[in-house]
Order: sequence, then structure tokens, then C-alpha cells
Amino acid sequence: MTTQPMQFVPGSEFKRRAAEVVANPFLRKSFRGAMDFLIAKRAAQFPDPELLERQRTLAEEIRRYSLSRLPALLEQLEANLVKNGVKVHWAENPDEANAIILGICRQHDARLMVKGKSMVSEEVELNHAMDAAGIEALESDMGEYIVQLAGEKPSHIIMPAIHKTKQDIAKLFAEKVPGVSYTEDVDALIQVGRDVLRKKFMDADIGLSGVNFAVAETGSLCLVENEGNGRMCTTVPNVHIAITGIEKVVEKLEHVVPLYGLLTRSATGQAITTYFNVITGPRREGEKDGPREMHLVLVDNGRTQAYADEQLRQTLQCIRCGACMNHCPVYTRIGGHAYGTTYPGPIGEIISPHMMGLAATHVLPGASTLCGACGEVCPVKIPIPDLLIRLREEATHEAKPGHAPLVGQGAGKTTFASLAFKGFAFLYSRPALYRLFAWGATRFRFLTPSNQAGWTATRTPLKPAAKSLRDLLAERRIDERKSC
Amino acid sequence: MSARDKILAKLRAAPAQPLASPDASITTHYASLPRTAKDKLAQEFAEKITAWHAEVHTVPRSQWVDKARTIVADKGIATLLYAPATAHGKELAASGIAGLKAYDQPIEAWKQEMFDGIDAAITGTRGAIAETGTMILWPDADEPRLMSLVPPIHIALVDADAILPTLYDAITTQGWSKGLPTNALLVTGPSKTADIQQTLAYGAHGPKELIVLLLTGEAQ
Ligand code: SF4
Repeated sequence: MTTQPMQFVPGSEFKRRAAEVVANPFLRKSFRGAMDFLIAKRAAQFPDPELLERQRTLAEEIRRYSLSRLPALLEQLEANLVKNGVKVHWAENPDEANAIILGICRQHDARLMVKGKSMVSEEVELNHAMDAAGIEALESDMGEYIVQLAGEKPSHIIMPAIHKTKQDIAKLFAEKVPGVSYTEDVDALIQVGRDVLRKKFMDADIGLSGVNFAVAETGSLCLVENEGNGRMCTTVPNVHIAITGIEKVVEKLEHVVPLYGLLTRSATGQAITTYFNVITGPRREGEKDGPREMHLVLVDNGRTQAYADEQLRQTLQCIRCGACMNHCPVYTRIGGHAYGTTYPGPIGEIISPHMMGLAATHVLPGASTLCGACGEVCPVKIPIPDLLIRLREEATHEAKPGHAPLVGQGAGKTTFASLAFKGFAFLYSRPALYRLFAWGATRFRFLTPSNQAGWTATRTPLKPAAKSLRDLLAERRIDERKSC
Repeated sequence: MSARDKILAKLRAAPAQPLASPDASITTHYASLPRTAKDKLAQEFAEKITAWHAEVHTVPRSQWVDKARTIVADKGIATLLYAPATAHGKELAASGIAGLKAYDQPIEAWKQEMFDGIDAAITGTRGAIAETGTMILWPDADEPRLMSLVPPIHIALVDADAILPTLYDAITTQGWSKGLPTNALLVTGPSKTADIQQTLAYGAHGPKELIVLLLTGEAQ
């Protein structure tokens, strides 16, 4: 099965894709409907705003503490995993991560890998790398399976196939799964997926999974899921490979509890998921099932860049609940694919610049109205709007003295924009000149063109007011004096 | 320099932000929450897990085998997987229920049969959590991991006296961190998905049905 590699997405591409979705009433409707559903379900889980605030403060404290000790916790995690019989690998970038996983597959002559949900594997384009090496990497989360079958990418980090209707899926299954006829019955469709994937779980040489929380003190990996495919991937095949970002580690199992409670409630409005797995090593002496070999791949891919800056470091507090995208007015209108990144929506806008560089992503921090909804719902209190403003700044300016430049620093700078802002600053700091400008602009407002490049494509033209604010205030003062 | 050393060096070069451990805040937080009284825990657990689509039968401890026998007959279960070395497994073996299959050899020896030939499995639990209607499973060499995953029906025995108010209580009072199995597990209802148009469907990959036998009364 082929997947498209994640490509460089120039600003114009993002805008074109966004415009396409905005013009598609079906997609608009399905995203709007799905987001309203998730928003309502989340809200029902948090009836007491005061309690929610306490929970978020606690979760933030835990994540910030974990990050403050990140290098030490990673070493502790590694030591305990090794003690538990897990092999630990480190990868600075996607190529290294894929090479490690490919190496493990080759050692076992692997043909088939079944995958549990893992956004980090999407991030490193693992399916593409496996495909190129002739190894079938099959997604087993229902949503991911559907998206892979359609040759697409997930459009949401929690609900990957949220852009598809059941009619789309019925058609897809009828076309692509041998022996299946068209049905819109959701139970029947799920049964199709179940039957196909059960055979694959049995035959797979390798099971791959993501990690929701890694616990340093016990050397454990926690996995959160509803379907049981994660359990299949981590229990049935002979080899289990887990892949995760370096930021996922916490110190103790007790620290996971508040985070897990907020994760499921914020993500899908569930008080808990069907399964919560704490995996602490491969099959032990005398055990009758479980993988005989287990690996963990720890991926950097730009996370150390975010970590290097005290403000940007907050990006790494994220527990990937997706609430920020569910509540984002921009995401709700343009959907997940327009972003062209693994992580869409507000979290994608603040993390992708570190993974892909600002040259490829500088338009993304601008794809926000700064309404603040994302920051308000974030269970770990990441100040997403502040980080968006910061990244807009970094995308259009040189690094501040004393700060190392980000990858792609200043890539979004355009001569027109910087001239316009320089001109504005010049005018605005000279009162006499500004007054002259305002006098001219109000008198000659009839001269403003009705076609104003990109602006008027979807908006009415900008026109100076008939009177400047200064004039209006002056008039008011005269009126007030008269009335005294 | 290895990737490991480079990553750690970059992290160590970043400005340090020493912060205090959140342990005290966590303890205070959970202590501040209302708690279900001990005599209400079983009821709360049963209500919650029923809401998660499980079928709950409350039975006196001494009669669970008979209840299991009725369920096996009612559901038309032809093969029932059990763990022969456990206490409840021994009781089952002595019960004469038809179609019992012991999980007594490594999965490699009978994978196909496990996937295609087992209707249900019966396992014990290490307790349960009232707040969310969750069972705690502690698979080991005697009662392996796949029992609660592959067969379409999972029957679980929950001791009413082993129900705790919250997950936090379970982790701390049961001392999880002191000795974890390869796969400690929380189970809350049968396997499910809402990946097709947010429509809830059960039996995605794991069990389609979860039947809980809630054991009450004096220990034998
Ligand atoms: S940034 Fe916050 S709201 Fe968004 S996915 Fe991460 S944790 Fe959830």
C-alpha cells in the first residue's frame, strides 16, 4: 500500500487547499458536525469549571515538572527498560528512526507489520519507508485502516477518518476489500475491518505501537485505546516495537493518573477508555504469550529545538488530546488535510515548525484567529496563542540577540510586508507627517482601488473613513464645550 | 557521538528550570475529592460498567460456578477458555462444564485455534475501580494476556470486596510500582470504536461482549 510522503508545503499551497475545503459544503458539514459532537461530549465531562481548573493546573504542573527533568528522566527510563529486557534506540530524525525499525524488521525477516495508532510513526513517514523496503505496514486502528485503504492521511489526531462519511467508507470497502458488498451499516463495516485485521494480527511478524506515557521509575509504557488493536499489536506478534517522542516520559505511575483522566475526557468526552495498558517488558520466563522481543525508539525530530527555549518548551507539555483542534474555528472550517502536516490544528501550528522548519511551515502560525479557544481547553494549559504570536515573530524576523535561530528563522519575511511595516512605523512615529497623511487619506478616499489584490478576493475593499479618529475627537471636544 | 548522546547533550545545554515534584499536589488533589463510601462501591462499579455496555451478574461467592454454567448454556458457548492453575480455574475444572479448554501451552502451539475456535474466556481480576466502572487485570504465566482479548466473549470475576474508589487508590494501595507484570491492564467494557462517523460500534478488535460476575458474601 503506498502513502504519499509529507511534502514541503509552501504558503500558497496551504491557502489553495484551505480554499478548496472551504468551498466544499460536504466537508464543511462533516467537520462542523463532528467538532460540535466532540465539543459537547467534552463539555459534559467537565460540569464543574472550578474542578476543571484545578485538574488542569495539576496536569500542567506534572508536565512541566517532567520536562524540567527531561534528560534525567530519559536516562532513568532507558535504564529501567533495559532492566526489564527492552532494547532502547534513539533517533535524531525520521531517517534514523526508520533505519532502526527497518534494521529490526530485517533481523527477523519480517514481511508484515501490524500497527497500532501512532502519530509519531506518521511523523517519520514509517509506512512509506516500510513500503520502499517491501514490508507491508498495515494500520489496524479502524480509522487509520480506513484512511490507509483510501491512500490518504489522517485528518485528525484522535479520529483519523473524521472527514469520511459512512457512505464513503461503504464505497471504499466494496471497492478495495475482496468479497465485500456495499453496506452502510456501521456494525457490518466494523465487522469487515475486524475480520480482515484478525488474520493480519495472527500472521504479523512485528507489532508496532505508539506510547501515550512512558514511566521512568518503573520502565513502563502506557497505551490508551478503545478498540483492542493496540493490545493485539503489542501482544500477538513475536516482536513489539514502540515508537515515541522524547517528551512523553513522566517520572512515576502516579503522575500518569491525572493526565490520563484529562486525556480521555478532553479528547472524546469519555471518562475512561476501554483499555489502559501498562506494558513493562517482553514475555517473561514461563509466560505463554506476549512478544519475545521488545524495542522502544525515542525520537527527537525537532523537539530539542523547542526544548532549548523556555517559552517554546511549553509546546512539549502536549498530551495529544486533540481538544485544541476540536475547538478551533479555523480547523473546523478547513479540516486536517489543508495543513499538510502530521499534526493539524493549533498543536500542529506550534509543533510543526520545530519538526519541519519554518521555511516549510511559516504560514501555519498565521492560520489562527487568536480567539484563544485552544489555550482555554488545553488540559495541560499550553498558552497556544502566545506561542503562535511568538512563532509569527520568529518566522518574519532574525533571531533575537542571545537566542539561537530556529530552523528556517525569518523564512516568512517578504520585502512588501517589511516595507509596509517600516513605512507604517515611520509615519506613526512622526505626528505632523501622520496628520498630513490622515488629512490626505480622508479627502481622497474615493481614490482607493476596489480591487485590492488578495484582500478583495473574499472581502469588501478597505477604504479610509470619511473622518480620522483625531478629527472625530476634535469635533466632540468642540461639541462638549458648546453644551457646557 | 551517538544519537543518544547528541539528544541528551542538547537537552542538557538548554536552560535549566528546576521545579518541585508534583507528588504533594497530587496527594492533596485526590484527598480533596469526594469519595464513595465503602458499602456503596460495588453498586457504583456495577452501574458504571453496565453503562459501558457490560453485562453484570451479582452472585454469592459460593454460587459463581453455577452462574457461569447458566451463562455458558444461555449464550451457546461451545468452547470456554480458562486458566487451569488459578484457584477459579480449578473450581471450573471440577465443575464439569462442557467445552472447557485450558490455556496450558504457549500461544505459538495453538494460535489458529485461539483466534478461530474459542467462543469465550473466563478470567479473574485484581480488583476494580468504582469511579469509572473499570476492572483491573493482572495477567501472568498462569492467566495469560490474550484471554481477555481474543475470544469474542470475556467473562470476568470481580470480588466485590476488592473494589476501590479510584484509579489513584488502586495504584497506590495495591503498590503497582513495586512490581508490575508484563502487561497490567484496565478494562472498561467490551472493545469499541466510533471511527465511522462517530457511530459507536462494539467488538472492534477485542471482545464483543463483556460479562462481569460480581462476587459477594463471605469468602469461602
Ligand atoms: S496542545 Fe493541548 S489541547 Fe492541543 S492536543 Fe496538545 S494537550 Fe491537547
